[in-house]
Amino acid sequence: MTGLDLPGFADPVGDAQTTFRALLDAMARPGTLHEVADLAAPPPLGAASASVLLTLVDGETSLWLDASCMAARAWLVFHCGAVLTDDPATAAFAVSIGMPPLGIFCAGNDVAPEESATLVVQVEELGTGPAYRFSGPGLRLPSLLQVAGLPEDFPVQWTANHALYPRGIDLVLCAGARFCCLPRSVQIEMG
Amino acid sequence: MSFYNFAYLDEQTKRMVRRALLKAVAVPGHQVPFGSREMPLPYGWGTGGIQVTASILGRNDVLKVIDQGADDTTNAVSIRRFFARTAGVATTTRTAEASVIQTRHRIPETALREGQIVVYQVPLPEPLSRLEPSRAAASEMHALGDYGLMHVKLYEDIARLGHVSISYDYPVMVNRRYLMAPSPIPAFDNPKLNRSPALHLFGAGREKRIYAVPPYTEVRSLDFEDHPFRLTRAPQSCALCGARTSYLDEIVTDDMGGRMFICSDTDYCAERREKDAAE
Repeated sequence: MTGLDLPGFADPVGDAQTTFRALLDAMARPGTLHEVADLAAPPPLGAASASVLLTLVDGETSLWLDASCMAARAWLVFHCGAVLTDDPATAAFAVSIGMPPLGIFCAGNDVAPEESATLVVQVEELGTGPAYRFSGPGLRLPSLLQVAGLPEDFPVQWTANHALYPRGIDLVLCAGARFCCLPRSVQIEMG
Repeated sequence: MSFYNFAYLDEQTKRMVRRALLKAVAVPGHQVPFGSREMPLPYGWGTGGIQVTASILGRNDVLKVIDQGADDTTNAVSIRRFFARTAGVATTTRTAEASVIQTRHRIPETALREGQIVVYQVPLPEPLSRLEPSRAAASEMHALGDYGLMHVKLYEDIARLGHVSISYDYPVMVNRRYLMAPSPIPAFDNPKLNRSPALHLFGAGREKRIYAVPPYTEVRSLDFEDHPFRLTRAPQSCALCGARTSYLDEIVTDDMGGRMFICSDTDYCAERREKDAAE
């Protein structure tokens, strides 16, 4: 079972657009929850992470998969045309089940902070679990979001990532069909 | 029009623009390079804005296009018709009804709301370009956050003229980190960017740069403690609707020195007149 028997977007143009607009809104308002349309995603990927990858990844971007995502490899290569890489430091996009250490990915440089990696991370659940408090650009007031499945030292790791600003990693947290974005500009504390 | 992909651009190009947009939102005010495509209209007519709009537009969007505040000028009419034909989206002139507003050189007078996206057509994305001709040197200044050159320019204006002589494209600091050119909007519009509930996306086609200001982000017009940023506006009221707080255009009406001042935002002006007529 390689997932190759599973289709991509039913409406490639429309589904990519709706997913992107949700992503744009999620990135502009960090920590807000969004939902993607149903998609038969190749395990272990959920509908949200598969949709995000179909929307953003193609032959122009390098993609790094953590060991647990390898089952979806053939599907990603076929549907996205993704160029896979073994070296996380050269990846434009990275997919992982659970949070990898942020330090292994490219954080961009001061002249071109946009060259940093975007991580698509599947967590256990969004909307339940420990609460995190977000503040920064995009948020009128600090917002709260519960995320289950982040490592205990995540706020510490994130503080180090945020301190690199304007360099830094951007995160897309996914669980099932739900996702939220954490751009490097956001500050995170335990809520 | 089945000869084109939805909203004209091919999907590969849209993905490239979309990736640039997400990074631009993640680093407010930073100019992200992108592979600007040749569009069916010349550079300088809004190719950057059009590529951004084409990449975000969906079937349920309602699009408004303005040029210097007006819905009925050539550039606005052409771009609105372009997307009505290539994307089949609904269009409007009403600011409140629009989900995406593409604009050349104005921010609407009607207050923007959460969920709206404003797309700016940008001729010169680099705020330092008139002070530092080298793009590489300017990028390094952005990297170091070294904006002394711009402060010196403002200081020299004040020393020579008693005030800052920039009336449009007035430089702003975004999120206390990046100096940004707000596109040639009048300085009058600058305060509307500060902590705005809408998302602002800037596209420069010829210069191949995209940048963004997310909602509720601090956007401060550069100034000095003893010379604070001040709004300038023609002291007249609009000759059509009587507005005293909107930004005005001066229209020459004859060759005898006759002139009138009217709202630059045609939708705002028309709505005010409709309301007056109804009362």
